Amino acid sequence: MGVENLMSIAAKDIEIIAHLARLNLSEAEREEALNSITSILGLIDQMQAVDTSNVEPLAHPFEASQRLREDVVTEQDQRDELLALAPSADRGLFLVPKVIE
Amino acid sequence: MNLKQGIADISRALAKGEYSSVELTRAYLAQIEAQNAALNAYITVAPERALAQAEAADARRAKGETGPLLGVPLAHKDIFCTRGVRTSCASRMLDNFIAPYDATVVEKLDQAGMVTLGKTNMDEFAMGSSNESSWYGPVRNPWNHEMVPGGSSGGSAAAVAASLCPAATATDTGGSIRQPAAFCGLTGIKPTYGRISRWGMIAYASSLDQAGVLTRSAEDAALLLQAMAGFDPKDSTSADLPVPDYVAALAQPLKGLRIGLPKEHFATGLDAEVEQQIRAALAVFESLGATLVEVSLPNSHLSISAYYVIAPAEASANLSRYDGVRYGYRCDKPQDLEDLYKRSRSEGFGAEVKRRIMVGTYALSAGYYDAYYIKAQKVRRLVKEDFTRAFEQVDVIMGPTTPSTAFPLGSKSKDPVTMYLEDIYTIAVNLAGLPGMSIPAGFVKGLPVGLQIVGRDFDEARLLNVAHQFQLATDWHTRTPGTQA
Repeated sequence: MGVENLMSIAAKDIEIIAHLARLNLSEAEREEALNSITSILGLIDQMQAVDTSNVEPLAHPFEASQRLREDVVTEQDQRDELLALAPSADRGLFLVPKVIE
Repeated sequence: MNLKQGIADISRALAKGEYSSVELTRAYLAQIEAQNAALNAYITVAPERALAQAEAADARRAKGETGPLLGVPLAHKDIFCTRGVRTSCASRMLDNFIAPYDATVVEKLDQAGMVTLGKTNMDEFAMGSSNESSWYGPVRNPWNHEMVPGGSSGGSAAAVAASLCPAATATDTGGSIRQPAAFCGLTGIKPTYGRISRWGMIAYASSLDQAGVLTRSAEDAALLLQAMAGFDPKDSTSADLPVPDYVAALAQPLKGLRIGLPKEHFATGLDAEVEQQIRAALAVFESLGATLVEVSLPNSHLSISAYYVIAPAEASANLSRYDGVRYGYRCDKPQDLEDLYKRSRSEGFGAEVKRRIMVGTYALSAGYYDAYYIKAQKVRRLVKEDFTRAFEQVDVIMGPTTPSTAFPLGSKSKDPVTMYLEDIYTIAVNLAGLPGMSIPAGFVKGLPVGLQIVGRDFDEARLLNVAHQFQLATDWHTRTPGTQA
């Protein structure tokens, strides 16, 4: 899809986006999302008017690259403490509903 | 004991033995107990931890230890992880979350001997400009309870303005320190991106997020920043640069200072009475020996557009970690793994957070990545280059922090775009990574007006110096709710 389609977002797009973001929306929420995201995209699309053909993208304000460190173990063992935060855990494992039948 | 004092005054009183840290801490806890219900500034009050820290600070002092922050209370925005005390980020998602570690900011201020009174309210996951998106309810502006305190650090701002703490930590991704500072009549500073560690600070938009403080004065901010700033190997974007002596820099006279005024920040949309106050403040700087120079930030009107691609895109990635599996909220009786993910997230996140996750997901999705995300990053470069050009002519840039004073609760919360435009003067500073500050500069109809000061990268010392010299010449920063007419 090209730039010409940027302004239009349809109800089915909202369903796709919600699924990609792993969100469930009620019918009322879908409608609200369609309206508000349409107006947000209208705000965002103002930047399409400026010519950036000779501009490089800027990902980090000072264009710093990722720092490397020595390959040594620095993490402390906090397994029990971290597992204690889980909604459901057992014998060192996070529990979720059955995935494989 | 005067609870309206700032850190510098408290520090002197503690050193002279006028009161102990335990006595002071008890007084603040009593003030919180009496007034927090009306303001909703704190999500969690931590009296036991606070009193234990105060006792420890008094003991350190009894052994001869000194230090400007030893025994001084403060509050932390509830976005900073605190070991053993709930860190909610004002979200139902983390309502039950007790971090197993302290944020670097918390650890550093603890080591300096500070006393944590509690955790302050905020917009959920720092997404908002009014503190109305909190799962724990809106915060009220101490100057007028019908008005918002600003956001996202609204609880920190309200707590300091109402003297429920002498200072508070805060974070700023698009204006979340400076706008609440302006609305609540406080000094707020967002240092340069990378100046203060983000480790243990819950992520919203990682290329923009920066920790800072809300205080009563530039001097107080200098004292806190001195302890908070510096390299942290645990934050991959932490700046490995020496930290100058912020307090020593305060005294420098302003003669010869060149102040840039972006013409775009004095154009249509700026409230006429706010402009009057800002112009009067600028005249004070002139009387202190500074010169005013008109500058232009021609792409600043595009900063909100670029921000509302970049920040939601980063948020959608950062918030994917909340899945109902490892920590945080889990829905009741999940049918299968997808149901677990979807219902936990849908029930755990509020409307604004879901909205930004969806905008970001859309901007990053196949077919839109170049048109939105890459385009926004290119605009980001244009916005940054505007500042680079302006700083060839001037030392600092000044203007209004916000187009108008605090607005009524509920007046903008139904329309996200109207709310987003609230950050029109502040957002470009985050895109450029520069340090920005807001200081009290007068009142309009009983509500505070904020003057924004923007500096070159890593030039916080200059911002604090400029703000301090203004505060020596004016008394706006000493006004508190109820005393101002």
